[in-house]
Amino acid sequence: MFRNQYDNDVTVWSPQGRLHQVEYAMEAVKQGSATVGVKSSSHAVLVALKRASSELAAHQKKIMPIDKHIAVSISGLTADARVLSRFMRTECLNEHFAHNQALSLNKLMERVGAKMQIATQRYDKRPYGVGLLLAGFDEDGPHIYQTCPSANYYDCQAMAIGARSQSARTYLERHLEEFGSSTREELIRHALRALRDTLPNDVELTNKNCSIAVVGKGEDLSIYDDDDVNPYLEGLDQEERRGGAGGSRDAQPPAAEDDATAGAAASADATAAAPPPPPAAEDQGDSMETD
Amino acid sequence: MYEALESGIFLFGLVGLLQGNSTTFLDIVNKMRPGLTPLYNGGVMLAADSLGSYGSLARFRDVKRLFRVTDKAALACSGDIADYQRDDECGGYTRELNAGALHCWLTRVLYNRRSRFDPLWLECVVAGYKDNEPFLGYVDKIGTAFEAKEVATGFGLHLAVPMIREAREKKPNLTRDDAQKLLKECLKVLYYRDCRAHFKYQLADITPEGVTIHDDINMKKETNWEVANYIK
Repeated sequence: MFRNQYDNDVTVWSPQGRLHQVEYAMEAVKQGSATVGVKSSSHAVLVALKRASSELAAHQKKIMPIDKHIAVSISGLTADARVLSRFMRTECLNEHFAHNQALSLNKLMERVGAKMQIATQRYDKRPYGVGLLLAGFDEDGPHIYQTCPSANYYDCQAMAIGARSQSARTYLERHLEEFGSSTREELIRHALRALRDTLPNDVELTNKNCSIAVVGKGEDLSIYDDDDVNPYLEGLDQEERRGGAGGSRDAQPPAAEDDATAGAAASADATAAAPPPPPAAEDQGDSMETD
Repeated sequence: MYEALESGIFLFGLVGLLQGNSTTFLDIVNKMRPGLTPLYNGGVMLAADSLGSYGSLARFRDVKRLFRVTDKAALACSGDIADYQRDDECGGYTRELNAGALHCWLTRVLYNRRSRFDPLWLECVVAGYKDNEPFLGYVDKIGTAFEAKEVATGFGLHLAVPMIREAREKKPNLTRDDAQKLLKECLKVLYYRDCRAHFKYQLADITPEGVTIHDDINMKKETNWEVANYIK
């Protein structure tokens, strides 16, 4: 994406009919670490790769509970994600208070979409620089929703967003037919395998960098971190890893993503990252505080 | 705030009738448990007469106060006509609102208003389905709210509810026909005994399939006023 004279304000259209600021905001989502969501006919699962800004720091939380039946996993600006989470939580609480029932996901997404859209049409605001994956269970069954800084939201069977998530999406597309009838454990394993495909070869999923959230029929939301993740990772280690994006370090995120106009941006990243090992990809996130 | 006050005075000066039309309505409802007859799975029934009073004056005799809000919820109100007409507009916020959610929302609104010393002068009955179970609830102007198997407002509480409870004790699982007969009986008694009642009424029937409202049912012919001749 090249700089041009139409990309300074979100209220300025380009002659091609694009809002460049919104598209730049979507780049922020691609900087965040990967997260995957899948649903079966009875459960919805989120898994997320947590990033630590340095060896001294704890890994940044990626999955936030919203209500007993909804969880959200973030990719992008964490601070923006917190604002949206707080909004979602108050909407859910309000539904319990005023209507004595759980908020259904489609209603929640309408409200989140409306809120995010405001930021794309005002001169004194900027788009939310975070992509969300929502997993929830309501009277219509399990749901996975994806949101973008463009304020679009998508109802998905399975989805992955964040850095190197294309490999995860490829895995998900390959196994799409299996998800509907998967059991809870199988579903989590699918999600973890998809997530693992986003990792470079020499990085493994550990209980430190992995988070799991599950919600389903007759089951309130559970979020697993640290040691609670162990039982789900166990079965995974023995399995062979498929080729992920890990193969070549040179296949940096911009090239691996759909962004065809990476051009100058990609080569700049490659030269910066070529010498150091994988943590370089994570360093890209530091300056923006994206996780 | 000021606008409302002004328009109120204006109307009062010009028309002199519509303002302050407090209506004492009688309203009885009946809830049936999932029933015995193979053709009918149970549901909820509501009845209310069609009178809008102005004090003792029987001013409007065809007031519709039973509303279908969604397929799963029906609302019936006693009290100030203006207040529940406004209420009707705000009640249905989506197509899928169920009776329990409507009841809760109404409770919150009415309680909030009373706490601000600006009440909606209503006694409401919410009937319908919540999570595939029949639901019947009551909310009033001060925010009192509860769910019960039989609910009424005004004179209905004194006259009709005992009748319904007695019938239910004799036969715990009322069928639809039983319920309809029972409601008709109750309405007749109310018409006899409450001088501010009327013989035209509405009947609402809520089943899992939806809400059916029968308007303009007239019970005058079924009433017997012969006894009036014996009174000097």
